[in-house]
Amino acid sequence: MINEYKKELEVAALENGTVIDHIPSDRLFKVVSLLGLEKLDKSITIGNNLISHKIGKKGIIKIADTFFKEEELNKIALIAPNVKINVIKGYKVTEKKPVTLPDRIVGIIRCGNPKCITNNEPMKTVFDVIDKERVEVKCKYCERAMGKDSIEII
Amino acid sequence: MKRESLVSITDYSKEDILDVLEKASQFEQNPNRRVLEGKVIATLFFEPSTRTRLSFETAVNRLGGRVIGFSDASTTSSTKGETLKDTIMMVSNYVDLIIMRHYLDGAARYASEIASVPVVNAGDGANQHPSQTMLDLYSIYKTQGRLENLNITMVGDLKYGRTVHSLLMAMSHFKPTFHFVAPEELKMPEEYKLYCDSLHIPYVEHQDFTEEVINQADILYMTRVQRERFTDLMEYEKVKNVYTLHNQMLRDSKPNLRILHPLPRVNEISQDVDDNPKAYYFEQAKNGLYARQAIICKVLGIEI
Repeated sequence: MINEYKKELEVAALENGTVIDHIPSDRLFKVVSLLGLEKLDKSITIGNNLISHKIGKKGIIKIADTFFKEEELNKIALIAPNVKINVIKGYKVTEKKPVTLPDRIVGIIRCGNPKCITNNEPMKTVFDVIDKERVEVKCKYCERAMGKDSIEII
Repeated sequence: MKRESLVSITDYSKEDILDVLEKASQFEQNPNRRVLEGKVIATLFFEPSTRTRLSFETAVNRLGGRVIGFSDASTTSSTKGETLKDTIMMVSNYVDLIIMRHYLDGAARYASEIASVPVVNAGDGANQHPSQTMLDLYSIYKTQGRLENLNITMVGDLKYGRTVHSLLMAMSHFKPTFHFVAPEELKMPEEYKLYCDSLHIPYVEHQDFTEEVINQADILYMTRVQRERFTDLMEYEKVKNVYTLHNQMLRDSKPNLRILHPLPRVNEISQDVDDNPKAYYFEQAKNGLYARQAIICKVLGIEI
C-alpha cells in the first residue's frame, strides 16, 4: 500500500484525461507508439519501473485532456492485456475499466509469414482474434495463426 | 443472380459443396453447354501451372466463354513493379470472372476484395486450392457413391501438403474416419488434429505404411514426399521409399478402394499400380474439368 501511495507522488496528478496503469515495464514504450502518443501535443506524463505489488515493476501513462475511443484503447490488450484504464474528470476517477481484445484487428499487426500478400502489397493487415484468452490471432489473407509471442506491431 | 468468389474451401457450406458436386455430375454427362456465351473470363497465372490452367481454360471453352490472360507473370507489368491491386482493378474492367493463380499466400482473398467481379482461386502460394479439393471430393463421391462414413487414409507429406488440409476440412462435413500416415517430420499439424477433435472426428496416426492400414481404407490419398521439405537429409534418405505404394500391397485391399493423388507423381506410386483398376489418379484429373465447370457456374450464379 505504501508503494502504491509512493507512486501517486512520483507522478503528477491529472485534472482531466486518461490514465493507463499497470503496464508491464517492458511494454510501456510499445503502448506509447501503439496509441501514437508521440504525435499528441497534450501534456503527457510517463512513469516507468515504478514498484507495483501486483506485477513487480510497472509503467504508467497519464495523458491530459484526451479521451480515447474504446476500440483505440482495446488495441493495448494485444501487448499488455492486464492494463487498467482510468478516466479522470475534475481530479476524480469517473470510470475504471480493463481492456479487452476486439474480434478483429485492422492495420496493427504484421503477419509473421513473409510469403503473405500483406507483406508484399501496400495494404492493411487484418487479423481475426481466435482465442482472446491466449491471445491467438489468424491472418485473414494467408490464414496462418500466430500466438502472443510472435505478434509484431507495425 | 448471386455472385460470390471462391477463395477457400471453407467459404462453402456442406450444401454449397453438394450443389457443386451435383452440377459436376451434370457436366460429366454433357460437358458442352454454352452458358457462358458472350462472356469473357480472365485466367491470371502469376505463377505457371500448366495443368490447372488448361483445365480451367478447357472448362470455359466448353461452356462457350472466351478467355484472356497470361500463364506467366514475367510477361506482365508485375515485373515492372505494378501492384496486384492495380492489375486486378484493370482486369476487372474487362471481364466477367477472374481465375487467378498466385505465388503469395492470401493473394486470392485480397484480389476478391478489390475486384468488381468474382474471383476463383486457382492456388495462392501454400495456402488454398479449392478447385483441387472439389475435384477430389467429386472423385470420392463418384467412386464410392457417397461421401458419408468413409475411411480416408492420407499418406506422405501431411505437414506441408495443402491438398490434404483442404480435403480434411471439406470431408469434415461427412462423418469420416481419417488415417494419417507420415514420417515424424511431416506429420499432420496440430491445428488440424484439434479441428478433428472439436468435431469428434476420429483419426489414427501411423508412421508405418503397412498393408494393415491399406486394407481398411476406402480412399487412399497419396502425396509426394519432397526432398526440400527436410531439414535433415539423412532423415529424407531414410523415409523416401517407405511411403511408396506398390501393387502387391493392394492384394487384400477393399474392392471399393480407390487410390487418389493430386499429381504430379514422382516415385510415391510405383508404375505397376497404374494398371490396377483401383488406381484412379488419371481419371481424378479428368474430373477436374467437370468440377471447374461447376465452380464457374456457381460463382457466376448460372443455373444449368
